[in-house]
Amino acid sequence: MSGTYAHAPGFIAGDRPKIVTSRFEYEDSYTLQRYLATDGYQGLRAALGRAANEVHDEVKSATVLGRGGAGFPAGTKWGLTPQGVYPRYLVVNGDESEPGTYKDRLLMERDPHQLIEGCLIACYAAGLSQCFLYIRGEMALAQERVAAALNDAYAAGYVGKNILGSKFSVDIVLHWGAGAYVVGEETALIESLEGNRGMPRLKPPYFPAAIGLYGQPTIVNNVETLANLPWLMLNGAEAYTAIGTKTSPGTRMVAVSGHVNRPGVYEIINGITTFRDLLYKEEFCGGIRNGNKLKAFVPGGGSAPWFTEDQLDVAFEGPQAGAAGSMLGSGAVMVMDETTDIPAAALTLTRFYAHESCGKCTPCREGGTWLERILSRVVDGKGTMADLDQLIEVGTSICPGDFPHASNEKLGISAVPFPYKMNTICFVGPSAYAPVNSALVLFREEFEAKIVKRNTIPVTAVGAAS
Amino acid sequence: MARLTEDNVRLAKEIIGRYPRPRSATIPLLHLAQQQDGYVTNDAMVHIGELVGATSAEVYGTASFYEMFKFEPVGKYLVNICGTMSCALMGSEELMHHAEHKLGVKAGGTTSDGMFTLEHAECQAACTEAPCLQVNYRYRFRVTPESFDSLIDDLSAGRLTSEIPDHGTVAKVRQHIPADRGVGAVPPESVTEAPAWLDGKAAL
Repeated sequence: MSGTYAHAPGFIAGDRPKIVTSRFEYEDSYTLQRYLATDGYQGLRAALGRAANEVHDEVKSATVLGRGGAGFPAGTKWGLTPQGVYPRYLVVNGDESEPGTYKDRLLMERDPHQLIEGCLIACYAAGLSQCFLYIRGEMALAQERVAAALNDAYAAGYVGKNILGSKFSVDIVLHWGAGAYVVGEETALIESLEGNRGMPRLKPPYFPAAIGLYGQPTIVNNVETLANLPWLMLNGAEAYTAIGTKTSPGTRMVAVSGHVNRPGVYEIINGITTFRDLLYKEEFCGGIRNGNKLKAFVPGGGSAPWFTEDQLDVAFEGPQAGAAGSMLGSGAVMVMDETTDIPAAALTLTRFYAHESCGKCTPCREGGTWLERILSRVVDGKGTMADLDQLIEVGTSICPGDFPHASNEKLGISAVPFPYKMNTICFVGPSAYAPVNSALVLFREEFEAKIVKRNTIPVTAVGAAS
Repeated sequence: MARLTEDNVRLAKEIIGRYPRPRSATIPLLHLAQQQDGYVTNDAMVHIGELVGATSAEVYGTASFYEMFKFEPVGKYLVNICGTMSCALMGSEELMHHAEHKLGVKAGGTTSDGMFTLEHAECQAACTEAPCLQVNYRYRFRVTPESFDSLIDDLSAGRLTSEIPDHGTVAKVRQHIPADRGVGAVPPESVTEAPAWLDGKAAL
């Protein structure tokens, strides 16, 4: 199939501008040799040829949105460090584990030097004196490729003391996790890096840029975010913002999985590509499998409220997706066709978040677990109508008020915009409820059908005294 | 039941030396212990505590949070079948049933010959290639019952030993920072000044 490479399973190239996946076509894209032959470390050279604050300004003016989930601009984030407090650290979030998401893994496996160069540019611009590159524990190949790339980069003088013979010196330390989704939350990541259980920290402080690793100012950036920097340094903010829209410039990687003809990871144009393009155009997924009808899709990773065909024309732009009742999150679309058992599909996600709760906040620890139990009961045909109300009651104790959801013309409901209010420190608890709420709001009749069809005796009738 | 070997202590000290605080090396050292013994032994946790300046209870406290650390022996090959949404939509439940039948154990169990431990896993970041699984954290994509059977047969016959190391080893390549190239880590309290390159001038 055109645009697919045997050496990069899952990635589909296409004929669009490429910022972070430009080397994926080469089988040896992960080697220093290939990297140097394709403009490698030239962005770093360009950056070091300017004062650090100028580099920072360039990144700020390019509005490089964070690609980890929250979409916070990297340049702004770097500016949140308190004046005059040193040392400052960079922690790279490569703990990619949001259901449906994988782009960071590909970037680490296929182009580790690009990530390393991005880390160096960030450290230079924001005055960060040591970098910790935290890779998810289960990603053996990514760890190997990044380790080998770091070894080569150190030997060649791109990392470590007096980089390229300059006064810029920084170590990049490869660190790896051991299996815990919640560690993707930036304060949990820092806890884990300090050798502790990976539990999110109480907020405030809201940003580890103020108080982070070892209590020092710490920038936590996603792998894909940093991978944008070499290109940006080489081509400038103007070229960067010429791609995409003003509020969402550049490209982003999106993984589309589930019931489409060509599931894959695509580098799309930020702010412009719509979900309809992505799901139906030939250059992307080429429609729903077997000519089936689309039932629903998760637009931004397992934590995101669901969309249906009513939202297909939403583009990959944060505010648009937010107003429509969801988020773009980590760039992961999961597609369900008409054959999907919606309550069962929601359960696979709720089970995930219930399992991954760190246990620190009661609404998440207890609420997530009960959502899973009650939903399992309903899916197994053993639920009652009261269970459906109970699901919403438990969800409301995690996220008070109206939970965001999409509009639906057929059902005559309008959208509740993102974000939600939450009674938990981090987003794991709300994420357990998001699929339940979406499924119940948009497909309540499927839940009711499972209850109508139940053939067990109602619990209240068992053992009645008379 | 083993403390870290002499070679591994040397490696452990090299790893500890990269961090401003030794305790940051806890998880990497737990991986090292698991690589040595196939699982994390009590003695290893005591030893790691000595190396990073923590009690063995603190080390266990950290270790027990993370899915990958095992505290009793598992099979030579840990087979993790993903069951989260994308894989579930593409038939991972059927694959799990098939795997349980083929290996003769339920999810969570180990075959009597000690070769395989079967586990239900959460999202493994290969969602477009569903259903997927990992054997000792090495991927297999778009797995069918037939390809699962031949994978198990290959593993049993020792045909994949060069690709897939025994359980405990994750990455086969380690980072090494050459002494003459590394900046070195110092405790944060010993740094008070801005880095040299923040002088308002270009570094090059």
